[in-house]
Amino acid sequence: MKNLKFLIAGTIFGIILIRGEVISWFRIQEMFRFQAFHMYGTICSAIAVAMISIMIIKKYNIKTFSGEEIKIADKEFTKGNVIGGLMFGLGWAMTGACPGPLYALIGSGLPIIIVVLLSAVLGTYCYGCLKDKLPH
Amino acid sequence: MSILTSPWPWYIVGPAIGLMVPLLLLLGNKAFGISSSLRHMCAMCIPTNAKFFKYDWKAESWNLVFALGMIIGGCIAGCLLKNPDPIALSESAVESMNKLGVKDYSGLIPTDVFNFNALLTLRGFILMVVGGFFIGFGTRYANGCTSGHAIMGIANLQWPSLVATCCFFAGGLLMTWFILPILMNL
Repeated sequence: MKNLKFLIAGTIFGIILIRGEVISWFRIQEMFRFQAFHMYGTICSAIAVAMISIMIIKKYNIKTFSGEEIKIADKEFTKGNVIGGLMFGLGWAMTGACPGPLYALIGSGLPIIIVVLLSAVLGTYCYGCLKDKLPH
Repeated sequence: MSILTSPWPWYIVGPAIGLMVPLLLLLGNKAFGISSSLRHMCAMCIPTNAKFFKYDWKAESWNLVFALGMIIGGCIAGCLLKNPDPIALSESAVESMNKLGVKDYSGLIPTDVFNFNALLTLRGFILMVVGGFFIGFGTRYANGCTSGHAIMGIANLQWPSLVATCCFFAGGLLMTWFILPILMNL
């Protein structure tokens, strides 16, 4: 049960997403229409807190709870960041959700979102099969 | 009860989301990111010859367990401790969405647009099935989603993540302002 801690972390994250309403199609529409500060405040403060946390971890060479050195892989640039990113954005505004929110929405009692999730799995599957043929 | 069911302001939610990053690093050297779970599900469930799915998904099972946790969390906050009130949207947002034809504002999503009957309509099929496909295809092609790029990547000063996040946003604006008004009237 070494994964139990991640189950609990995921549960906490799910609660945060629902309480923050960031999983709401309405809130995503409101964001893309620049009609409220809620989503911008949420995303920017999340990035700020995460950034400061990573800086502290790096500066003081903080280890994991089990004493391992913390390593974060770099993200390499590919054309996919642009093409895939645009595609993702289209889907984000259509469904009002990105992968995390899909799980939280399903849990909140919306079985219809299972359809969206399965479709996203199919999308990932198709990407995996076409990967070598796509520009990167 | 209302303290348990009422929504949280952005200055609580944002930092709480941000703290997931150091939490996962400290718990097990894991980079915050959700969309990989979609890939692991493919590797786990769909028999294929594609190299992209030939890896030891069990070594990444934490990500699937994390996703499972999110379903449980969604159930706790969205079902057991459901906020009885509709979301406090800005008036201008409601006005814009009324124009799109949205009628039901009682839940987290417009259930008059997203439901099983609507799946059989062109509008519902495009929004749910095509939209979901774009999310899954796009996130893997972009090598991350809002959590992996916009939060984890930018916080770790990765410029490709900034590029990806700008493109997420550009795609979302394009959809919201130019395509969605057409789709909603199908």
